[in-house]
Amino acid sequence: MDSEIILEAKKIGKYFYEPEKFRVLDDISFEVKRGEFVSLVGKSGCGKSTLLYVLSTMDTDYEGDLRIHNQSVTGMKQNQLAGIRNEKIGFVFQFHYLLPEFSCLKNVMIPALKLGNFSKEEIEHRALERLKMLGLADQALKPASKLSGGQQQRVAIARALINDPLIIMGDEPTGNLDSKNTDIVFDIFKQLSHEMHQTIIAVTHDNDFAKRSDRIIEMQDGKILGEVKN
Amino acid sequence: MPKNFNHNISSDISMTYTFSKMKLTVVAALGVTIGIAIYIFLNSMMAGFARMSDTLIFRNIAHIRVYKDDDISRPLISSENSDKKVNALVNPKIVPESQTIVNPTLLMDLLRKEKDVTMVTSQVATGIFYHKGESQIAGNTIGVNIEEADKMFDIQTTMVAGKMLDLKSTPNGILLGVGVADKLSVKVGDNISISSPKNVTKVMKVVGLFRTANSQIDKVKSFMNISAAQQILLQNPSYVTDLDVNIVDYKNAVNYSNRFSALTGYKAEAWQTANETFVAASKMRSIILTSISFTVLIVAGFGIYNILSMTISQKMNDIAILKAMGFKGNDVTRIFVQQALMIGAIGVTVGLLLALLMVNILSHTYVGGDIGYFPIRFEPFVFFQGAMVGLIVTFFAGLIPARKAANVDPVSILRK
Repeated sequence: MDSEIILEAKKIGKYFYEPEKFRVLDDISFEVKRGEFVSLVGKSGCGKSTLLYVLSTMDTDYEGDLRIHNQSVTGMKQNQLAGIRNEKIGFVFQFHYLLPEFSCLKNVMIPALKLGNFSKEEIEHRALERLKMLGLADQALKPASKLSGGQQQRVAIARALINDPLIIMGDEPTGNLDSKNTDIVFDIFKQLSHEMHQTIIAVTHDNDFAKRSDRIIEMQDGKILGEVKN
Repeated sequence: MPKNFNHNISSDISMTYTFSKMKLTVVAALGVTIGIAIYIFLNSMMAGFARMSDTLIFRNIAHIRVYKDDDISRPLISSENSDKKVNALVNPKIVPESQTIVNPTLLMDLLRKEKDVTMVTSQVATGIFYHKGESQIAGNTIGVNIEEADKMFDIQTTMVAGKMLDLKSTPNGILLGVGVADKLSVKVGDNISISSPKNVTKVMKVVGLFRTANSQIDKVKSFMNISAAQQILLQNPSYVTDLDVNIVDYKNAVNYSNRFSALTGYKAEAWQTANETFVAASKMRSIILTSISFTVLIVAGFGIYNILSMTISQKMNDIAILKAMGFKGNDVTRIFVQQALMIGAIGVTVGLLLALLMVNILSHTYVGGDIGYFPIRFEPFVFFQGAMVGLIVTFFAGLIPARKAANVDPVSILRK
């Protein structure tokens, strides 16, 4: 099981047209296996975030082939891609992007309610389980806007986990956090990948964070510069 | 795993957006309320007013009048088809024919058998002079069968003195317009004399006075028995100048008039043709009121559009993350269209109540004349139409910004 390929990028290329035509991703190919905790690092402007958004299926303007769970998603319609994201990908961003009018619990439940694989009661139970795992059980019914930054980011992680996704993608998931909360979030990721075989791909410019992950992919000028396995 | 449950989370989010910003919702709904109320109110007024003025006009004329039109002789009768090539040149003038309708009983039976004809009566109309002492007034009289005429023109409601049905039992009775009676200073029971274009003078007994909506008519018009009218015109009992026809749908009278012309061989004139100014005036009135009411509604629609656009620009982050988490464009559209429709539904409901209140108040407002209270009442169709139009306007006012929200590119927002 550990060797199962979850995500495969084949010769991914992409251009930016503003301010002038510029090849931001240049034939990027790599694979991610189940349970891997991958960091994408590189200087700002190297294309690491751009690559992540291509991998996330939200950016469809690219060349090459992207396969998620042995299924090519290149050329799929927006609605199909939305379904794939809903079921197979969880997102954690630099900013938490919780819906401020809803309670933490409801925020966590939203992707599962959208997917509709379980009854509402089951979803509530699963959401509570995840909040408990992240140490937020007592905050479940508070409005999302009333929590501290670190807590909000953990709620966002719980939300990313609710549908048991194949991959969690993070865009600077600790970028807005102090060192204490960064450690907490990092430990959660580590625990997820090692104990629950959760695949994680995170863009970061935090070198400490990257060094503690399983595998570092370093990028420069739209190319993969090198890989380090820890 | 199969998708077993439809939790309708879009609707859930929509509800939360609508009710967490109560102030915005109320302001937007209030716009719809006022728009709807005014729309319904104006349209109810229009419907009531149109009904009233139609009723008034049909007190004087029938839906379709069948009569013998004057023939004008042709100025030049050419003889191209004959060998002798003699052209006759004559003065154009009305051909001196009788104005009678030949065999009216047969024509009436024929018309009664037509589809959608509700009533046919015959009458003899003529100009006359009323005399009393020194005073003499030119006017016109209509010889009728009073019971039939009442059914058609609702004469009974215009009676102010005497009894309409006394005419039936008084062969030389006459019903006078109040204007005529005033000028002659006569009252019910008095005698007056009349003279016809055939120079026949006859003493008539005033059995009743009527007052229509039009004082000009009251100053000239009178009703008498059809036999009396035939007498003063020196005609036999089959002499009839007009056949009045009422049909089911008076708005359609023009179509029927053409058919009846062909059927009877006489001119059949629809009430719209005879009253073009009246028809044009009511058309103008309805155009004015309709455009005002629509404008108000469109303004309300813009209110919703604005508030929704504002909400959406505040919710860009939410929209981006929802799309990232797998909400499709349609799901996002649904969230905001539903919000618009909820605002619309609240607004429409309150608007219907407000309109009901306004109609109720106006229906108790006295305007005078023979109209009395303002002719407005609860018009179920107008209320239904108002609610539908309100919801449709709201729907589109919501759909336009919602479509924009659905097309938001999540990457451009999440990559900050």
